[in-house]
Amino acid sequence: MVVELAPAGRAPSGSRAALLVVEGLWTWYRRNWRATVVSSVLQPVLYLLAMGLGFGSQVPPSEATGGQPYLVYLAPGLLVAAAVQNAAFESTYPVLSSFKWQKTYWGIIATPIGTGELVSGQLLWIAVRLAVSGAVYLAVAAVFGALTGPGVLLSLLFAVLTGMAFSAPIVAYSASVNDEGDSFSTLFRFVLLPMWLLGGTFFPISQLPAWLRPVAWLTPIWHGTELARGAAFGTWLPLPSLGHVAYLAVLVTTGVLLARWRFRRRLTR
Amino acid sequence: MVAATVRDVTDVCPLVKAAGLVKRFGPVEAVRGIDVEVRRGEAFGFLGPNGAGKSSTMRMIGCVSPRSGGELTVLGMDPDTDGARIRARLGVVPQEDNLDTELTVRQNLQVYGRYFGLSRAHLRAKAAELLEFAQLTDRADDEVDPLSGGMKRRLTIARSLVNDPDLLLLDEPTTGLDPQARHLLWDRLFRLKQSGVTLIITTHYMDEAEQLCDRLVVMNEGRIAAEGSPAELISRYSTREVLELRFPPGEQPPVEPFMDGMAERVEALPDRLLFYTADGEATLAAAHGKGLRPVSTLVRRSTLEDVFLHLTGRSLVE
Repeated sequence: MVVELAPAGRAPSGSRAALLVVEGLWTWYRRNWRATVVSSVLQPVLYLLAMGLGFGSQVPPSEATGGQPYLVYLAPGLLVAAAVQNAAFESTYPVLSSFKWQKTYWGIIATPIGTGELVSGQLLWIAVRLAVSGAVYLAVAAVFGALTGPGVLLSLLFAVLTGMAFSAPIVAYSASVNDEGDSFSTLFRFVLLPMWLLGGTFFPISQLPAWLRPVAWLTPIWHGTELARGAAFGTWLPLPSLGHVAYLAVLVTTGVLLARWRFRRRLTR
Repeated sequence: MVAATVRDVTDVCPLVKAAGLVKRFGPVEAVRGIDVEVRRGEAFGFLGPNGAGKSSTMRMIGCVSPRSGGELTVLGMDPDTDGARIRARLGVVPQEDNLDTELTVRQNLQVYGRYFGLSRAHLRAKAAELLEFAQLTDRADDEVDPLSGGMKRRLTIARSLVNDPDLLLLDEPTTGLDPQARHLLWDRLFRLKQSGVTLIITTHYMDEAEQLCDRLVVMNEGRIAAEGSPAELISRYSTREVLELRFPPGEQPPVEPFMDGMAERVEALPDRLLFYTADGEATLAAAHGKGLRPVSTLVRRSTLEDVFLHLTGRSLVE
């Protein structure tokens, strides 16, 4: 028999529950956004100026840059690389903290919100953060004449997809970490940094030694960069592009499933 | 008439009903088949030492930990299938605060209320009411981080009430607080109880259980050792009074010579002897007559601590 005596609380539906998690994270962000601006927007802009305008002035347009000035060649690549870097930050310490230091996830799952909805909300929030940071970066890049046309809007979409292909598995990983975050330094040093330098952001991976190229193929950055440049310059080919999207989609899906499993294991033992 | 009917139904239908409830973590059995019924409007306690299975039981009732065996219904529903609907009507005060310390006091209430599908307008009014209840109105727009432990605890309790829950689960609500903060918190919990909120409390503090609980179970090693009101348990498992004799280290005499007739029961703790008796003063006189020379003596009423000692043969807070 169900006891009904004017309950105030309700169980929101799945998608609404995820949006409520986003709303909670947004409330936090509204108070604390200033600290994130440097890493999420300023850093890629500085890279664009230093590498694109400064170093790029020494690089003549060539076959390797698709005939574009280096600044223009670099802009979509940095868009993707910045999304991946932001994804790495947003998917590590904030997630570990919500389990371990602030413990806010434990508070959330005591409400009608379930672990699956919590994961969806957390990932959706990261996607929103990547999109907004990317958009601000693009606006600055446009001012410096680094953009060629509206195709970069599609590049932005691919940048977010690439970021999420990295974010979802990392969120799952962070849900399994219980140290003081030391394992994240290892991740940044041995996964993020090589990916950022060798994934095709600054130069085509055809310039890498042949034995290193398969490693670049595994990185989401390379697939994302191919898509972002293809969209920005209108140079993409249907079949390889589909392959890139499929690869990234598989990473996102696998990551989401792993994250749901890890969250459930940790929060509802 | 309608209200009367609803009241009748809820009086007979327990808010929580567990039968043979089991929780296993791998090979470890934390809860070993307990039977519990909590009725509307009562304050029900789980008393026991750390590791007795109290928190595991609370997490199962809170629908955040699936049961490993047995039956469990909460608010008439099955946590396995209706977890979200049940949680929508529960308030939970966890053992460790999980407030968002980087938000303000008020934001903590409002953000949390949103998870229950409540409207912003409703929550504005609700937050003001709860801030008043928790005596945090002057700190409403301060960040949580610098608040004292007692204030954070009060905010956690206020937060647990944001959805006007039918059932409030409090897992060691006053552990780690200073005496003044504890008394303030007890006062708030007592008011909730008076207003008809059903409370389930875990604690390892005897005084807390005696102050707050109408009925309680004593848990030990995953099982229920006894059940009843604090007064019933004391009268059933202890005597009216207890005489405590303290001795200097190493000079405590053995128990055996005093077993005959001086008291109903004698317990030896590391630093003192406890004589369970109807008349503490008379037993004290008898002890002096037998040549006992303790450094200090105390005659007091029995507490749940004595019940626990009797049931398990060991002290509750070790």
